[in-house]
Amino acid sequence: MSTFWSLWIVILTTTNLVLLLWILLANRKRAVVGEESTEAKTTGHEYDGIEEYDNPLPRWWFWMFILTFVFSVGYLIIYPGMGAYEGLKDGEGKSWTSVNELRGHQAEAEKVYAETYGVYSKMPIEEVAKNPDALKMGFRLFSNNCAVCHGADGGGNPGFPNLTDKDWLYGGTPEKIHETIVLGRKAAMPAWGSILGEEGVADVAEYVLQISGNDHDAAKAEIGAKLYTTNCVACHGVDGKGNQLVGAPNLTDNIWLYGGEPATIRQTLRDGRNGVMPAQQELLKEDRIHLLAAYVYSLSLEESN
Amino acid sequence: MKGHEIVEKNIGLMTVFMVVAISFGGLVEIVPQFFLKQTTTPIEGLKPLNAVQLEGRDVYIREGCHVCHTQMVRPLRAEVERYGHYSVAGESVYEHPFLWGSKRTGPDLARVGGRYSDDWHKVHLFNPRIVVPESIMPAYPQLYDNKLDGKHTADKMRALAKVGVPYTEEDFAGAERAVKGVTEMDALVAYLQNLGVLLKEKR
Repeated sequence: MSTFWSLWIVILTTTNLVLLLWILLANRKRAVVGEESTEAKTTGHEYDGIEEYDNPLPRWWFWMFILTFVFSVGYLIIYPGMGAYEGLKDGEGKSWTSVNELRGHQAEAEKVYAETYGVYSKMPIEEVAKNPDALKMGFRLFSNNCAVCHGADGGGNPGFPNLTDKDWLYGGTPEKIHETIVLGRKAAMPAWGSILGEEGVADVAEYVLQISGNDHDAAKAEIGAKLYTTNCVACHGVDGKGNQLVGAPNLTDNIWLYGGEPATIRQTLRDGRNGVMPAQQELLKEDRIHLLAAYVYSLSLEESN
Repeated sequence: MKGHEIVEKNIGLMTVFMVVAISFGGLVEIVPQFFLKQTTTPIEGLKPLNAVQLEGRDVYIREGCHVCHTQMVRPLRAEVERYGHYSVAGESVYEHPFLWGSKRTGPDLARVGGRYSDDWHKVHLFNPRIVVPESIMPAYPQLYDNKLDGKHTADKMRALAKVGVPYTEEDFAGAERAVKGVTEMDALVAYLQNLGVLLKEKR
């Protein structure tokens, strides 16, 4: 803060306080009682027969006012208020700022977290996933950070994977789950509409319906199979079982990320899909991610039990 | 007090005194902020919104998002733990008007950029109940149908340039082309994904 603005604040604040005090004291009076009667005198104003008593401020009110001045002086000494003056310094030579206060509260909280989250961060994820206390915390973290996409129960939403089944796009080992949370994922299913044409899209869709065990048009599926072999095997594999290295889903298990209706499959083929799992490495602390990975891992374990 | 009667009987004079009395607070607490470095210097890496994001911001204002969502993470532990780094003045120097808001019916959005995928934002804006069943946020399906024409985008940028946002001639020239045909949905999502990405603090 420049000297000018510092002085500006100091002078205006002081002037303001002095003026207020002056007004308070200058208007102070004692109760004036008439000689003949014990009743207080009036100001002499009269309007339509209404008169005004000339009474002082109630005493408690006056002293409260004085107290506010005393408070403001103390306040302006302890806290930064007078321009560039930083207020009293604490033992570490730091004066009060909202950020210093925040950092202090955070440091206190981290001590608590070290005893709750921290206990588990050295434990392998498989083990954490069996600890009921850790899972309770994992559930709360999941609700706050993951549930808006994956659902409160981890059951997923159209376009956002179900985490409770055994069907993993990028792998369901603790390491892979951890990697997915930390680095995020970017799916890249290209749009085939312009390459295959609407007819080709419909044919491949029928083939996909066939290998997933759904009602399909056999003739179309046969043409679709050929198109599949030339265009789709690179990611989804010859057998249609997908490839977790590129996040290509298994097409044969009748589990659908965007929906298994013929129209939805055609849309997926036509326009492509680019699902994104946002990377959490810059958003969440490592001990939280560790607990989350364990919680997500536990979701698929429960299914098998 | 002797002079009191003069003040009480001259309403003009009393008005002057009243204005003086109530202006102290503003002069001390507001005026210096117009000139302080902390409040007038953009933070490192801060860029003006591009044409599409700027139109997205106007959709945000038109739909009244700021009525239920703040864009102001206060320096309190619970808030920083939920939303990320607290907001600083240097983030808002290109904001005219600022959209800090004053009431949270929904969560704060100051750090929403990059937190969810584009797809999620689109589904959620189309109908929040699809992804968050208990949500009370209104649905905005019309954003999918409304296309921007970009006719006034350059004018908006020029107006902002007048109050100190560093847009260049190049920005004005490319504005209409960049915006034309973009849906309001895409523009709004582009704006949201840009919010608060410069300051990071792990939660």
